Amino acid sequence: MWAEIIVTLIKLAVVIGVLFTTVPIMVWVERRGSALIQDRLGPNRVGPWGLLQPVVDAVKLLTKENLIPDGVNRFFYVLAPAIALVVALSTFIVIPFGSDPGLKLFGHAIDGFIVAPGLNLGILYIFAIASFGVYSIVLAGWSSDNKYALMGGIRSSAQMISYELAMTVAVVGVLMSTSSFRLDSIVLAQTGTWWGFLPRWNVFPQIIGAITFIVAVFAETNRLPFDLPEAEAELVAGYHTEYSSMKFASFFMSEYINMVTSSALIVILFFGGWTLPGVAAPSGWIGAILTVVVFSLKVAFFLWFFVWVRWTLPRFRFDQLMGLGWKVMVPLSVLNFVWVGAAMALRIL
Amino acid sequence: MVTYVFLVAALLAVVFSLVTIAHRSPVVNVLSLAIVFFALSAIYAMVGMDFLAAIQLIVYAGAVLVLFLFVIMLLNIRSVERLGSGRPLQAALGAAAAIAIGVAIILVIARQSPSFGSLLPDTGKGTAYSIGRALMTTHLFPFEFVSVLLLAALVGALVLARKEER
Repeated sequence: MWAEIIVTLIKLAVVIGVLFTTVPIMVWVERRGSALIQDRLGPNRVGPWGLLQPVVDAVKLLTKENLIPDGVNRFFYVLAPAIALVVALSTFIVIPFGSDPGLKLFGHAIDGFIVAPGLNLGILYIFAIASFGVYSIVLAGWSSDNKYALMGGIRSSAQMISYELAMTVAVVGVLMSTSSFRLDSIVLAQTGTWWGFLPRWNVFPQIIGAITFIVAVFAETNRLPFDLPEAEAELVAGYHTEYSSMKFASFFMSEYINMVTSSALIVILFFGGWTLPGVAAPSGWIGAILTVVVFSLKVAFFLWFFVWVRWTLPRFRFDQLMGLGWKVMVPLSVLNFVWVGAAMALRIL
Repeated sequence: MVTYVFLVAALLAVVFSLVTIAHRSPVVNVLSLAIVFFALSAIYAMVGMDFLAAIQLIVYAGAVLVLFLFVIMLLNIRSVERLGSGRPLQAALGAAAAIAIGVAIILVIARQSPSFGSLLPDTGKGTAYSIGRALMTTHLFPFEFVSVLLLAALVGALVLARKEER
């Protein structure tokens, strides 16, 4: 009993610790990465290569005046950033970030590197919790009593619904070929190779599903080219225009944490999670840690991909965004779903 | 333990249902409804209907209520004026009818279920597998029929929203 609670608490501490340290690292990567792509220098004054810049930023945000403007709906104004952070942190508990071959800690089985190992809902849990994320943006926009913030909130609600559909249908193909909602089963189904060299990753048979999922995830995390809810050039800062200090930082952190969760989902669903083709993890703690390292490296690649896309593509116009969502993404995701069904019926997959 | 969780969820559902219909601000109404759905989803999960619990949140809280919020924000409704009906007899009759229907539903459920007043046991019928099988075998006709109905609604919406040809 106590060992179980301690093991779960350790997992929670590791996950939350890693998520909160990834945020400043990603802020640094984003700023240096944008500078690299745009042939600028970027932050390079604080610490070596500007590495301490996020620390200074955090201190600045913590010590700023905690302002609540006049005319806002105080309750919802304070609630909105809280929802954002709660949703961002609580989706990660069903993500398996490594494999352990039956290791024990304090006489209790670790039960996989996942905070909630017994939850059969898996990815459905993530979708259910993540569907509350849009409330934070919509409420922030509405309660701020600012027309730009309101515009951001309205845009966000339309965008989220449109892309959630394509994202969910794109995942259905993976769920069908695995016949499980559990993310660890999805990873295990992708071990091995086809014809001896091509890894059994879902991305190869379901390339359309993978592309639709990745594009939809960009829209769901409000990242460029889909950051219409906070389009700086049109809406000042969109839904968080009226937010300052740590309330702003809550939105900021939850965006980066959502990026980590999304990258982990992309890796698990389509890129084989912690598995590498043709390599069996060695047994014991070394093997377990190696799986975590492999998983983290894959996630790091997709985090860089988020930054890379942000500083490469321009922003969509709102009608283009809606057109892409309904006329391209939804039909493509259905096509993937039909193809997986047909392939399974013909016993190809 | 389960009983206490149920009591909290049920209390939340009842209280926020009342807030949903009684509060003046439409945004508060929609958010209270979201809490009601959350509480219901917790109750579903407790009786082993975890698939239904997730779908409840994804479909209702994640899509339907967000559409409601979208409309409310688009029209920027701050509060709703209470329309005095001026017809006390009709209002009383309506309330009586609502209570009668509620009592009737409770009686029917009490008659049907042998374990009324206690939580239903987990029958294993709430998994995606068994729900999918039931939809594709026993309830295939109503399932397909509903999809035709939804298609009709979709076409109807398109006809209404189509721009007039000049």
